[in-house]
Amino acid sequence: MKKIEVLGPGCANCARLEANTREALGLAGVEAEITKVTDYADIMGYGIMSTPGLVIDGKVVSYGRVPSAGDIAVWLAE
Amino acid sequence: MTVLAVRRLHVPFWPTVGLAAVAWLVAWFVNLPLANWAAYDLLALEEGSQLGDAVAFFVYDVPKVLLLLSAAVTVVSFLRTFISPERVRHLLAGRRAVPGTMAAAGVGAVTPFCSCSSVPLFIGFVEAGVPLGVTFAFLVASPLVGPVPVILIWGLFGPLVTLAYIASGLTIAVLAGLVIGRLNLERYIEDYVWKIRMGASVEQAPLTFEDRLRDAWLQTRAIVRRVLPFVVVGIGIGAAIHGFVPEELVVAVGGRDNPLAVPALVLLGVPLYLDAAGTLPIVEALVGKGLPLGSALAFMMAVVALSLPELVILRRVMKPRLIVVFVAVVATGILLVGFGFNVILA
Repeated sequence: MKKIEVLGPGCANCARLEANTREALGLAGVEAEITKVTDYADIMGYGIMSTPGLVIDGKVVSYGRVPSAGDIAVWLAE
Repeated sequence: MTVLAVRRLHVPFWPTVGLAAVAWLVAWFVNLPLANWAAYDLLALEEGSQLGDAVAFFVYDVPKVLLLLSAAVTVVSFLRTFISPERVRHLLAGRRAVPGTMAAAGVGAVTPFCSCSSVPLFIGFVEAGVPLGVTFAFLVASPLVGPVPVILIWGLFGPLVTLAYIASGLTIAVLAGLVIGRLNLERYIEDYVWKIRMGASVEQAPLTFEDRLRDAWLQTRAIVRRVLPFVVVGIGIGAAIHGFVPEELVVAVGGRDNPLAVPALVLLGVPLYLDAAGTLPIVEALVGKGLPLGSALAFMMAVVALSLPELVILRRVMKPRLIVVFVAVVATGILLVGFGFNVILA
């Protein structure tokens, strides 16, 4: 089971990222626990300023953009 | 691999981009004749009548502003994939006041960020050791002289007004940064900000040109959908002004002879959260009715640079006094621009 964190204070892009991530889980056939990280100090602890950010198993894979479900599925499969 | 199969289902990339560009251009050029036809032939309204002109303004301006907006947001979102605030902050850290502030204003203009990112952005700049004044120059320039208002103003008011807008916007950002830098206001930053430590910078997988354009397109779709109601309301108000408000009234209330017009417009601009795309058509209609350019510029700038929601967001990292200074300094700059252009162009 993978651990996924969606980093962002809760703006429209963060919601889109979360939706894409859930879609990607279905595409990749992977099970994961999705946590939303909304606290600024925690978000910045990952070394990013532009939200939303996506973290898979502790590694930042994208920030400042909303990757497509297809992109996320590829990262999940890695 | 299921994943690869899914990706192959995407529409062919370059034909779609080409088609979209052609469709945009065609829409841009048929918009005026189409709007006139809809208002004066289809609805059989009389050309030159109040209602006819208002309706023609509305059906012409809605597609026009949406076309401009979608082009602008696509450009912004595309740029955003190249320049990130994460990189910019290291560029600006440890610079001396004057060159640092000027660089911040210039870089800010081409580094758009989503307003929900302004808190982490501020914290990240402070943490990297970017001086407060330099940070403010960036925070002012980015929304004020960003591609979205600039492209909209270009489309609605032409190149001269756009140049005047960019020049005065950059000047305000630099002067605000210099003034705030000199005032030593670091103690009015919320205390917790100083304690946040950013993690090591991370690199994301390199983006292809396709990724960048697709990102830009998805972002554009989301933003246009979100601001659509504001645009329609704004243009509705603009159309009503265009058709029904007499020129004498606009000139009497907002003209050069009323010294309170510019401050009143700036005050009005702060709570007005119509978004630049919703506000500019109102200004367009008012300018058509004789509102002087300085007053118009001041109003646009107040709406874009000083919005109440943005101030509420910034309150999370700044103590009230710093917010007040920020608003006062930027508002003063905007007033000077307004009065200045009104005098120069009189």
